[in-house]
Amino acid sequence: MHEMSLVAGLFEILEEKAREHGARRVTAVRLRVGRLAGAVPELLVTAFDMYKKGTLAEEAALITVPVPVLVRCRACDEKFEVDDYVFQCVACGAPDLEILSGTDMLVESIELETDEDASL
Amino acid sequence: MKRKDVAVYEDILKSNVAAAAEVRRRMRERGVLTVNLMSSPGAGKTTLLERLVEKLTPPGRLAVIEGDIETERDAERLRAKGVPAWQIQTGGACHLEARMIGRLLDELPPDLDFLFIENVGNLVCPAAFDLGESLRVVLLSAPEGDDKPKKYPKAFLTAQVLVLSKADLMGLLPFDPERARREALEVNPALEVFRVSALTGEGLDDFVACLHRARAKLTPEDGRHA
Repeated sequence: MHEMSLVAGLFEILEEKAREHGARRVTAVRLRVGRLAGAVPELLVTAFDMYKKGTLAEEAALITVPVPVLVRCRACDEKFEVDDYVFQCVACGAPDLEILSGTDMLVESIELETDEDASL
Repeated sequence: MKRKDVAVYEDILKSNVAAAAEVRRRMRERGVLTVNLMSSPGAGKTTLLERLVEKLTPPGRLAVIEGDIETERDAERLRAKGVPAWQIQTGGACHLEARMIGRLLDELPPDLDFLFIENVGNLVCPAAFDLGESLRVVLLSAPEGDDKPKKYPKAFLTAQVLVLSKADLMGLLPFDPERARREALEVNPALEVFRVSALTGEGLDDFVACLHRARAKLTPEDGRHA
């Protein structure tokens, strides 16, 4: 279970963004989780809820958005979703595919709470 | 109080990605091939390393970083072979991260050809963390079963080399090396596959040749390593 390490990286980003925007609190986090990112969304939420205690995101909810594995064939340019871990072009059979999405975890957006005065 | 949504689009592994890029840059600059060895526990990573030491250059030209949850045992096994070896005890963590490697780089001997990083035995978590390696090798041993590539696809997808290890046991177990190879190639058609026995020496020379080729390709613009 490495979800705790992943969540630690997520909090580095949250703190950085809150500082940039002069925010006091983070109230929601949307995280895109690739099917081949190597992490389980439910475990990420559990780890997030453990980690957030006493932080600027104490009240925040982590919303995970599943992202399928999308690839492009370098031979014939066909784009398709891989759902059975067979990395071969469904159109021409070529094995040379570019992975377009589904292997990483991206913070899509966060909701910040700022003091009204500071934002004016 | 006011709430606002901020678009971010940043990788949650970005600090590891940056640390890995730094390790890769420093090692390539020195002409060192850094290899990240991954497998489940007991697949034979350390035994393979012990045999590689005998095959690869004078032992002083390679170094090993061992990752385990506890104990210094693996590093001691390599030191007994005359190899400079460092042990990272993760104290419970199931994988190594690039920063742990970066901290050790200044301690490495000056003249190195190969740096092997033996990851924590685990086919799941280590696959998500780039350590700054130039070659990722995954081991699958005969007793584990030939059906693992589809069950743990990320490890096989992100590796460049697959070693089917404990080849000496293959005739004794219901392990079909062809099925293992086929499944692994479905997940990653670019994988180079070797069948190796660290006990009998079968396949070792081919694997060693692959390591030399990978090192030669590291810095093609630099004649010293071509």
